[in-house]
Amino acid sequence: MSHVVSPIREKLVTGGKSYHDVTHDICKQVEGEPTKEWKWAFGISCVVFAYGAYCLFYTWWQGIGVWGLNKTVGWAWDITNFVWWVGIGHAGTLISAVLLLFRQKWRTSINRSAEAMTIFAVLCAASFILAHMGRPWLAHWALPLPNTYGSLWVNFNSPLVWDVFAISTYLSVSLLFWYMGLVPDLATIRDRATTKASKFWYGFFSLGWTGSAKTWARYEYMSLILAGISTPLVLSVHTIVSMDFATSVIPGWHTTIFPPYFVAGAIFSGFAMVQTLLLITRVVFHLEDYITIEHIEMMNIVITITGSIVGIAYLTEFFMAWYSGVEYESYAFINRATGPYWWAYWMMMTCNVISPQLFWAKSIRTNLLVSFFLSIVVNVGMWFERFVIIVTSLHRDYIPSSWAMFSPTMYDIGDYIFSFGLFFTLFFLFAKFLPVVNMAEVKAVMKGVSTNYPAKKAKASIKTDE
Amino acid sequence: MSSTNNYILGVYDDEDEVLHAVSEVKSKGIKIEEVYTPFPIHGLDTALGHPRTRLPIAAFMFGCLGLVCAQALINYTMVFDWPMIIGGKDFFALPDWIPITFEGTVLFTAFGLVTTFCISNDLYPGKKPEILDIRITDDRFVMAINVDKNKKSAADIKKALKDSGAVEVNVK
Repeated sequence: MSHVVSPIREKLVTGGKSYHDVTHDICKQVEGEPTKEWKWAFGISCVVFAYGAYCLFYTWWQGIGVWGLNKTVGWAWDITNFVWWVGIGHAGTLISAVLLLFRQKWRTSINRSAEAMTIFAVLCAASFILAHMGRPWLAHWALPLPNTYGSLWVNFNSPLVWDVFAISTYLSVSLLFWYMGLVPDLATIRDRATTKASKFWYGFFSLGWTGSAKTWARYEYMSLILAGISTPLVLSVHTIVSMDFATSVIPGWHTTIFPPYFVAGAIFSGFAMVQTLLLITRVVFHLEDYITIEHIEMMNIVITITGSIVGIAYLTEFFMAWYSGVEYESYAFINRATGPYWWAYWMMMTCNVISPQLFWAKSIRTNLLVSFFLSIVVNVGMWFERFVIIVTSLHRDYIPSSWAMFSPTMYDIGDYIFSFGLFFTLFFLFAKFLPVVNMAEVKAVMKGVSTNYPAKKAKASIKTDE
Repeated sequence: MSSTNNYILGVYDDEDEVLHAVSEVKSKGIKIEEVYTPFPIHGLDTALGHPRTRLPIAAFMFGCLGLVCAQALINYTMVFDWPMIIGGKDFFALPDWIPITFEGTVLFTAFGLVTTFCISNDLYPGKKPEILDIRITDDRFVMAINVDKNKKSAADIKKALKDSGAVEVNVK
């Protein structure tokens, strides 16, 4: 475990923590009374959730006619929000699976909350999938279930059905991976529990974990395999989401660059969301020794790289629209940049291509306030990216008489607000009732990388009970 | 494990020491039942002589099962039960089925693997854990030795544990 670590490496855990300090620091907010800040934050997100739930209920009750859609623009905020949330979800799996395979130890203190964020983001995405069906109570029609029509099955050649399978597999596998990661930490809380209720519930969900060497050895293998299968899974999910567009014949959608471009965009926006949440969690729960400037900087570097890939994809798209010689494609892109939705296009370009380039300066990528601000800017930009792809490709139909504009109604906005309410309500519940940092994994990387790891105590203190 | 004073527990506070102690105690001819740790220690399972886990084989088998099930479902519905011409393609449109076949493979692998893991370690929701020392899940590394399964006397075992760097030696 304690292999040689280069002395120029930054410490992953600062403040000279012992293993017990880690347990104490992380369990503190689970065991203690909820803080005032938490109550306020949770209360506000519940209010947002309630308002959003009303709007969503009204949408379900009346049908999607309450949205601002029209004959020309049949997909707008619903699918924009769906793709945006699914994209955000990707960072959690990337941190917990891809960085595990690459043996990136800095992932240990952030993977738990990133993975939780993944699950909540995918749930938010699912709410738009259900809503955009118009009749959500028939959602099971998207599954290959025997039925009274003969049986008439779903079309397995359709990317929309691939999407159903991809998203549901992704959600369930992420949930499983996250839960198995939680088990040893739940056992820690169980063994410290003082109240009857927490003894029971943490005991129930910790599966009788004892931490024997044999279990740990198997556990390590299991994590490795889960990471190994989650890595192609996460790449497949956004690839398939992009195919919802790319397999159509709409100019602006029908491009082969979509899968890698969507995956890069997903990681980009997901890391930005993790950054936003971590910077808040770090301050609220006083986790400055676990989520250090080093972590923030690493995240910003990933944001810069993926942001640059996204930038290249935008330019490639534009170039190909011209180079292909297809008039419709060229028009779609010129219309994006200079048409009535030019402001959305340039918003996307500024937020996604220019702003992450600021992180090339070390002083900027290690500045917490700037990082926080830019992480939000990136997600605004990524929302506009999806809006640009979806709405600007649709709103100028082939016949000029069918040209239309899209403007959202309060229910478009309300359903989007619902997803934020859902996301933050779940995140705050998670942050209160579950350990936000993976204690077992952090302890495992501390030695050799933690400052002043307590020197071995003198052997003289040996006690026996003879 | 019943608590009938059969166990001698060597408590360590450092992962490298417990790893070193395992080979030291074993070299004295003492049979170690198990070592409990708050986090995984690489090489501890091999030092204890545990055989390499066969979980990867199980995972592979579940993956194969998932692949077969996904293909069987799609072939049954799209080729045999209700064939439809979609976009002028063959009924047997294999390239279109790759995404769902892949998702099925991953789904079966993940759930099969975790279920196998839980069964092989006898873990299930609501199980009462057999806790030898409450600090195992916090910051202590505990070596458990079953006196009945050892020829050496309890005193010898305790001495061996102390010599190997245990900060505490308890009986449970």
